[in-house]
Amino acid sequence: MTVDYKALKNGGFMRQTQKNHFSLRLKVVGGNLTAEQLATIAEISKKYGDGHVHLTSRQGVEIPFVKLENVEEVKAGLESGGVNTGVCGSRVRTVTACQGSAVCPSGCIDTYPLAQEISDRYFGRELPHKFKFGVTGCMNNCLKAEENDLGVKGGYAVEWLPGSCTLCGVCAKACREGAISQTETEIILDESKCNNCGRCVKACPFDAWRGESGYILSFGGTFGNLIAKGRGVLPILRDKAALFRVADAALAFFDGHANPGERFRVAVDRAGWDAFKTEMEAAYNG
Amino acid sequence: MDDFEIDETADITDAVCPLTFVKAKVALEELDDGQILSIRLNDGEPVQNIPRSVKEEGHQILKLLDNGDGTYNLIVRKAGD
Repeated sequence: MTVDYKALKNGGFMRQTQKNHFSLRLKVVGGNLTAEQLATIAEISKKYGDGHVHLTSRQGVEIPFVKLENVEEVKAGLESGGVNTGVCGSRVRTVTACQGSAVCPSGCIDTYPLAQEISDRYFGRELPHKFKFGVTGCMNNCLKAEENDLGVKGGYAVEWLPGSCTLCGVCAKACREGAISQTETEIILDESKCNNCGRCVKACPFDAWRGESGYILSFGGTFGNLIAKGRGVLPILRDKAALFRVADAALAFFDGHANPGERFRVAVDRAGWDAFKTEMEAAYNG
Repeated sequence: MDDFEIDETADITDAVCPLTFVKAKVALEELDDGQILSIRLNDGEPVQNIPRSVKEEGHQILKLLDNGDGTYNLIVRKAGD
């Protein structure tokens, strides 16, 4: 029997140093698994692996020491327990996320449903090389948005509401960017310094700052052989439709400009950031 | 808004995060609902973070006073449960 190792790898079966053994990559979205899924994974690991799992650097789970002859049984067993296999190779990979505003007091956006939407729309899509999405809820950046090919970071577009303000002094100190100053009669926001972190909104005791949730995108992050931080080319996006227009356009740019086997970052560097920015702005503006 | 009478004071300038907030929380717990605490805290991280943490606990911040010596007094009214 000839073994199609490439097809196995694309389907998440990662060849091990031990002959005929595979580390099976599972599908995880936003780092969340249910207790039932964990129980299924534990059972499969004990029955078909060596009883341990590996937690990957991108919130994935792998079951090592799965034998080649058990591949189909393992897949069926996982599926009946609500667990799907992951992917590898030149395609959209696991979409990662922090816990976001549903759990974390610092969160500016609800990260998990967004990660699910991104995953439903793009997971497994074939591209010139791997492509990683990561979603982080706020400027604290626990999920390290800029490490991803496309990073999404939650933020707030902020506005001072004079009618509710008592000039208590808290926001001017809460701001780490030095964007807020205070006089005897008013608060002054220097928008050129504001990084949309929303700390003024979160800290204000009188609801005198209004914060509208938005998405801050970074493009072209990669932390493997090539280490480069994702770059921002757009202002904060105020709606999800714009986010998906831009993500569609970024993947289309990757498809259209990359040589086979070339990472997104390298393709954008070569095609030029000005050209890339122009296309992202066009998508942003609809 | 400067119309308040301070019932108790706490000084957390000798603590570092996360003990700053722990000390502030303990001081607030010793108060009765509605009483007012003045918390003396350092510039930098404490003044950036303590007001927000106090707010998230549900208490009402009344004022942040700059003492001009690298410390601030945060005036807080204790909320009921």
